[in-house]
Amino acid sequence: MSAPKANLEALPRSVQIVLALGLVALVVFPFVGSDFYAQMVTRMMILAIFAMSLDLLQGVTGLVSLGHAAYFGLAGYALAFVTPQDGAVSLWWTLPLALLGSAAAALVIGFFVVRTKGIYFIMVTMAFAQMIYYLFFGNKVLGGSDGLYLYFKPDAGLFDLENTRVFYFFTLACLLLTYAFLRRLLWSPFGRALAGIRVNEHRMRAVGFGTFGYKLAAFTLAGALAGLAGYLWAAQTGFVNPELMGFHQSAHAIMMVILGGMGNFAGAIVGAFAFEWLLHEFKGLPSLGEFNLGKHWQLWMGLFIVLLVSFAPRGLLGLLQRRHKAGAGHG
Amino acid sequence: MAEVLLSAKGLTKRFGGLAAVDNVSIDLWRDRIHVVIGPNGAGKSTLTNLLSGDLPPTAGAILLGEHDITKASPEQISRRGLGRSYQKTNIFPPFTVWENVRLAAQSRAAQQPWNPLRWMRAADTERSVNERAERALELAGLTERRDTVAGAASHGEQRQLEIAMTLATDPQVLLLDEPLAGMGVAEAERMVKLLLRLKPQHAMMLVEHDIDAIFTLADHLTVMVNGAVIASGEPQAIRNDLGVQAAYLGEDH
Repeated sequence: MSAPKANLEALPRSVQIVLALGLVALVVFPFVGSDFYAQMVTRMMILAIFAMSLDLLQGVTGLVSLGHAAYFGLAGYALAFVTPQDGAVSLWWTLPLALLGSAAAALVIGFFVVRTKGIYFIMVTMAFAQMIYYLFFGNKVLGGSDGLYLYFKPDAGLFDLENTRVFYFFTLACLLLTYAFLRRLLWSPFGRALAGIRVNEHRMRAVGFGTFGYKLAAFTLAGALAGLAGYLWAAQTGFVNPELMGFHQSAHAIMMVILGGMGNFAGAIVGAFAFEWLLHEFKGLPSLGEFNLGKHWQLWMGLFIVLLVSFAPRGLLGLLQRRHKAGAGHG
Repeated sequence: MAEVLLSAKGLTKRFGGLAAVDNVSIDLWRDRIHVVIGPNGAGKSTLTNLLSGDLPPTAGAILLGEHDITKASPEQISRRGLGRSYQKTNIFPPFTVWENVRLAAQSRAAQQPWNPLRWMRAADTERSVNERAERALELAGLTERRDTVAGAASHGEQRQLEIAMTLATDPQVLLLDEPLAGMGVAEAERMVKLLLRLKPQHAMMLVEHDIDAIFTLADHLTVMVNGAVIASGEPQAIRNDLGVQAAYLGEDH
């Protein structure tokens, strides 16, 4: 395949090996780690799906959305609304419903936002997400600032999602399917057109691509996949509140994608795991006399990302490739 | 009389008080090369941008075949069969030469962004697209450079790539904005040969500065100064026109 080298789209062997090892670790983990850590890793996997959905816009199409959490949160709320207080609801119609809900919201909002470019796109996506955030924040009917509780996980019929380990493997399956789907998509005519739009939208239009339709399709699909993550999040934590759709949630996703490396989906996964792990570590930092290091985790996270971007602009995966290349040079 | 493929009447483009293109009418015939010349700032590139839909005209009308494309978008105009190249190289630098041309050819495949089945097939396996891309690559003489990253190709090769991408969309009408700019003698000669080879099937408009190339290629010559056409006709007649010599040929050369 004539692989463009941009964005590490074609993953080098070294990265593939790391990913395979990571997969083995994920499969083995629930059998060696405690339930507490299994739940933590489940959340990491959910956020990895969320980060991949954003990467389709940010890394592949070149659209940096600062409101992507809206579609994550909406699907979570959709599940919360349809889950009754006294029993579980079937996974098999609520999951498609939640995905469709997020996709529909992304389609409508996308219709307005994908007309804008650069900084305007960032601002407009954020504005729409903030509107949805305040709609939920201010409305008692929608749960208000306290949010909503889900007392039961969805009923899958064949397997019991209330079981921590089962939920873990269900999430892992969703992660793998999403990754496989997006990797295929990346090399499809649709994916190549999105990459062309990132590099030079003007030329794409000059050779006859209706770029508006492509960007809108990407925005809608990214919204639906963010919805998958949001649905899983609500099911796993049993709780939704407006923060799920908030500015911080959107910004974290952007940082995850940058941290891991943009435009190849593997980086988004690595970035999500690294981000959540660092968060865990930084929050657990001890106090130095009067000064509580852990309380200021955002400072350490910010410093870390600035350092990483300065020394490894292509993220953690890019770092891997560089070492790989240097090794080959010596050999 | 040859077939008119593109006809523009009274085209005007104003930027504030300045008329960059002032009441210009131009016809492009199949099997003829229409060369537009003029000093810098004469409005040649603006005219090209009006015809390709990159800029909306302030006044005037453009017919492509029997379709009115005056208000059409660049992608609509491209899909109606007009291809253009750019004065400033306008390519996809991080992609290979092949991927640049393949992507251009892909725009002519059945476009169904909503069809999920099309999302799942590798882009490289679309045979009709590959064939069209191969042909364009070969015409432009780039077959051997197909795996080069476009941004790392030489200037001349990038100019060839411009043409290859344009050809990959199977246009009837070609607008080429200074295709010879910055090319070496051998490269320029090859480009002139290519343009002559493309002539029978296409209606061509060429914006060019290279005097030798102009008189080798032109079937029809239009001279622009300050946004307006000051002369238009057979190249030899124009060459002997004293007004044109004073305005352009004399000063510049």
